Amino acid sequence: MSIASTSALALFFQTPAKHSLVHLSGIDIAVIAIYFAFVIYIGFYLKGSTNTSEDFFMAGREMTAWIAGLSFVSANLGSLELMGWAGSAYQYGILATHWYWIGAIPAMLFLGIVMMPFYYISKVNSVPGYLALRYGEAARGLSAVCFAFMTVLMSGINMYSMALVMKVVLGWDLNFSIWVSSITVALYVALGGLRSAIFNEILQFLLIWLGALLIPILGLIEAGGWTNLKHQIAARMGSMEYTHLWSTTAHFKDNPMGIHWTGLVFGLGIAISMGYWTTDFLVVQRVLSARNLRSARMAPIIGAGFKMFVPFIVILPGLLALSVLPFHLVPQDVAVATGQHSYNEVLPLMLVRYCGPGLLGLGVTALIAGFMSGMAGNVSAFATVWTYDIYRAFMAKSKSDSHYVAMGRWCTFIGVLISVGTAYLVQHAASIMDYVQALFSFFIAPLLGTVLLGMLWKRATKAAGFWGLLAGTCTAVGLFLWVHFNPAALRYVALSPDAKAMAADMYRALWSLIVCVVVTVVVSYMTQPKPLAELEGLVYGASKIPEEHDDHWYQKPLVWAGAVSVVFIALNIIFW
Amino acid sequence: MRGHTSIWFFSGLLLLCYGILILGTGLWELGHPLAHPPVLSGLHAPIWWGGLMLVMGLFYTIRFRHHR
Repeated sequence: MSIASTSALALFFQTPAKHSLVHLSGIDIAVIAIYFAFVIYIGFYLKGSTNTSEDFFMAGREMTAWIAGLSFVSANLGSLELMGWAGSAYQYGILATHWYWIGAIPAMLFLGIVMMPFYYISKVNSVPGYLALRYGEAARGLSAVCFAFMTVLMSGINMYSMALVMKVVLGWDLNFSIWVSSITVALYVALGGLRSAIFNEILQFLLIWLGALLIPILGLIEAGGWTNLKHQIAARMGSMEYTHLWSTTAHFKDNPMGIHWTGLVFGLGIAISMGYWTTDFLVVQRVLSARNLRSARMAPIIGAGFKMFVPFIVILPGLLALSVLPFHLVPQDVAVATGQHSYNEVLPLMLVRYCGPGLLGLGVTALIAGFMSGMAGNVSAFATVWTYDIYRAFMAKSKSDSHYVAMGRWCTFIGVLISVGTAYLVQHAASIMDYVQALFSFFIAPLLGTVLLGMLWKRATKAAGFWGLLAGTCTAVGLFLWVHFNPAALRYVALSPDAKAMAADMYRALWSLIVCVVVTVVVSYMTQPKPLAELEGLVYGASKIPEEHDDHWYQKPLVWAGAVSVVFIALNIIFW
Repeated sequence: MRGHTSIWFFSGLLLLCYGILILGTGLWELGHPLAHPPVLSGLHAPIWWGGLMLVMGLFYTIRFRHHR
């Protein structure tokens, strides 16, 4: 899930920088160089064990629950997202945490407990692959083409964003950053496939935590603890709303985000979050690489456990900046006009505040790793969906396995080249970034309705899957255009004249999900269902889920999901 | 993992390299204070953070050196 406005971020970073934020020493350069040497070496090392399509696209389906789980959460832990949400925490306070808690945890647990058995036992290679088995080739084609197109564009946006951030933070040339990162990513993904991408995501996960964790630790020491921090923020901002999660969401105008708890729970918590975490192939692909059903179920639960603590390294630095920085950060447009620091710079500013040589290099390496693994995730998912769901499904059905591996490798290079092209395209039209992100969000919520009804309702038919998905997507596009050309329409979409942009995203996703579900149900009753025998392994009630034999009660996925749920509820109550 | 070295070994090796570099930098700074030290530099974060990475790196490198 992306930050609210990437083009606004780009607008700020595109302005001529007076000087870079960070000056790297020799030891910092050495830390960065070691990281690049490691990722390229891993690509070459893994090439020898990446021979079949199962190896290249599914990492041999041999990942343990821990590796698949960390990779699952790491694929979403991009640097642009970290910097954007740290900036949002400075701007809106602790409300930004909702995107990490209600906007992630329930969906991740739902994937592990309810949906994973169907994805896993059907032995599909992708989410469009599941749609093909359940609803036929039309639904697969629609979903695969949309996903492949949007994924490769997102990779380009990630690449361009990294180059911009490196330009402002380090003073690096845009072309240098774009080509170095793209050649590195193309090399290690084309050589080692998904396994290489997953290995590097594990390294990135460690680097992000080790590079960013010092900021909240030292920040809390400087502020004198959490209680003192809350009082300092209240005194400085003149309001207590910056440190409360739910108590200010009873009405749109009671909080700085202009959101309502119904939008948070139903729009973010169900439509957007479940859509993203359970149907976006970029993240689901990591879990499909697990070595058995138990690992596949545990992976999202382990991921949820770590995801819950990400606000500690993202949101807390934003809150600490409200208290300890001697100057105020400003919105992008003001920063552009006045030369002050913008909200989006909060993470690099806090890094510079607490980290000297060596640690600074570690923090910058964490940012680079986050960007590169984001690109690698997009490119590897693109290669899989193109090869399995477009090329093999519609163009070359019965080629040899080695032919598809070669196609995957070429796809990786072509995907990276298209991404480079996209990066240069958005350099000249930053607003494209927002449109691409909006387009991506159009497919997420309706796809959830289609996949969920397909898994849980035997009566859902082939035609209903296609028309439900199309109707939901068209609803999202229609609502987006309505509000875009007539901002006053927001009062109807989000049910209040006080709603702001983030509320619009939540309600748009909710309406598109509802339309998708209604159309799917209506069309299903008008058309012939599949015979029960054809639904084996695909639908609840028509499938025998393999029994898991855990030696002890504490090995059961349900027990761990329960433990994560308890911590999740406790955290929401503590920061209510 | 079968057939190739475990990712945890690579992670340990990376942490070990970084631990040595950062701990070494922290120790060097004891004798050569920075002209513009960061906030709370008196806590000597590079020493204990680098030391922590070194210990973690050693553990993972040794523990997973033969794992496949």
